[in-house]
Amino acid sequence: MAKTITLEVARYRPERDTTPVFQNYEVPFRKDWVILDALNYIKDQADGSLSFRWSCRMGICGSCGMMVDGAPKLACATFLSDYAPGPVRVEPLRNFPVVRDLVIEMTDFMVKLERVKPWIIRKDDKPLSEGEFLQNPEQLDTYRQFSMCINCMLCYAACPVYGLDPLFSGPAAIALAQRYNLDSRDQGSKERLDILSGHEGIWGCTFVGECTEVCPKKVDPAGAIQQYKLTAAKEWFKSFLMPWGKR
Amino acid sequence: MREAPAYTEYHPKWHRIRTSTYWWLGQRAYLKFILRELSSLAVAFFVVITLLHIRALTQGPEAYAEFEAWLRAPLLIALNVVSFCFVLFHAITWFNLAPKALAVRLGGKRMPDFVITALNYVVWLAVSAGVAWFVLGG
Amino acid sequence: MVAALLVPIHLFLYGLAFPLGWLKAPGYESTLALVRLPFTRVYLFVLCALPLFHWAHRFRYTLCDGLQIKHLNELINLFCYGGAIGGTAVAGYLLWNIP
Repeated sequence: MAKTITLEVARYRPERDTTPVFQNYEVPFRKDWVILDALNYIKDQADGSLSFRWSCRMGICGSCGMMVDGAPKLACATFLSDYAPGPVRVEPLRNFPVVRDLVIEMTDFMVKLERVKPWIIRKDDKPLSEGEFLQNPEQLDTYRQFSMCINCMLCYAACPVYGLDPLFSGPAAIALAQRYNLDSRDQGSKERLDILSGHEGIWGCTFVGECTEVCPKKVDPAGAIQQYKLTAAKEWFKSFLMPWGKR
Repeated sequence: MREAPAYTEYHPKWHRIRTSTYWWLGQRAYLKFILRELSSLAVAFFVVITLLHIRALTQGPEAYAEFEAWLRAPLLIALNVVSFCFVLFHAITWFNLAPKALAVRLGGKRMPDFVITALNYVVWLAVSAGVAWFVLGG
Repeated sequence: MVAALLVPIHLFLYGLAFPLGWLKAPGYESTLALVRLPFTRVYLFVLCALPLFHWAHRFRYTLCDGLQIKHLNELINLFCYGGAIGGTAVAGYLLWNIP
């Protein structure tokens, strides 16, 4: 087994670079090391100026998303041994503006997420004395998969439509909207449908399916979006075949 | 449509990479996707051929014989072979994707994907057999 | 859906099997008799119209996304959906006027 492996890391220092450049680092090749370990080694031993986001180091916080050899991955969940003998190319997450080195600007995603209202919407609030909303396991199961999203934005890096049209809501936002639509306690599907039925909502999606492929939590956003499309189409037909229904 | 959306503030030092027109060549998955979408051209080609076929039918036996001879030309055969491959690709990708869009729940448990896919293939084979039987003079 | 289920077998029979002689083609008279039936006419109309719109929808997105020519959006829409409507009209006309 080789002793070291080369990482080609994209560096972008706005105070002196106009475009990203690649810098090579030799890091120890340990069988149990992930990209995050390699990056931390670089920062500790080789080049303290390298900037990147990370937190939990176990694939649940969603902070360390980056492109490894052109594919969106979580740095804490991608083993160096899969890329032996290297070199491994590490770049910031695609389709987002780069602030510095491997750090991207994610305000766009945050705004889109908020727009779809990812919370329980009630038309009528139950008083506290009536207790909590009850939900049985079957009801939980309908939306459970979509609730696993850790907002890591790997799906946005994988989605070509998001890359081409910055106004597209994107896989995670729509999957989370669907998670709340399917929740038995929620009464807000109409509101979300109005927000998402435009071109920048669900209809921009052409079912490439890459978002589902790269999702580290198996959320299947592509499935969520297609199911949402079917629901929206049904609602559309209902609205003009039966316009007297309660809007 | 070209300006950046208002909610990502414009910061002159943030580096934005514009998606290249050849983005679909970057990854095998993207290429497969574009080919899948282009299979719609083969479908349109089929419709055109069918319409020409019907037109030849209405124009009498000599026109029909001429049309059938034209269909045998090497160029047409080649086009039909390519179209057929694309149409098959289209059908197979469609059946594989169908279960994702149609989350069928049976008694609370979601049906596994391959059941829906298999059902689609069965219907496809049955329908194809039916059409063949009908056309070949059943 | 229609395109996926029905087009392969039709294309196979009429585009490959009959012209290449793998299977005996039905003659002119029997084909004409088959097509005259109202059921066949409706079936053929659906077989032509729905796939045309499927093509229009997908091709429009492919052009807009694949080639990034979004600014020609109106032209693309006209070409795709207009073409589909035109093709459907032609199909309807032909199938209506079978002797």
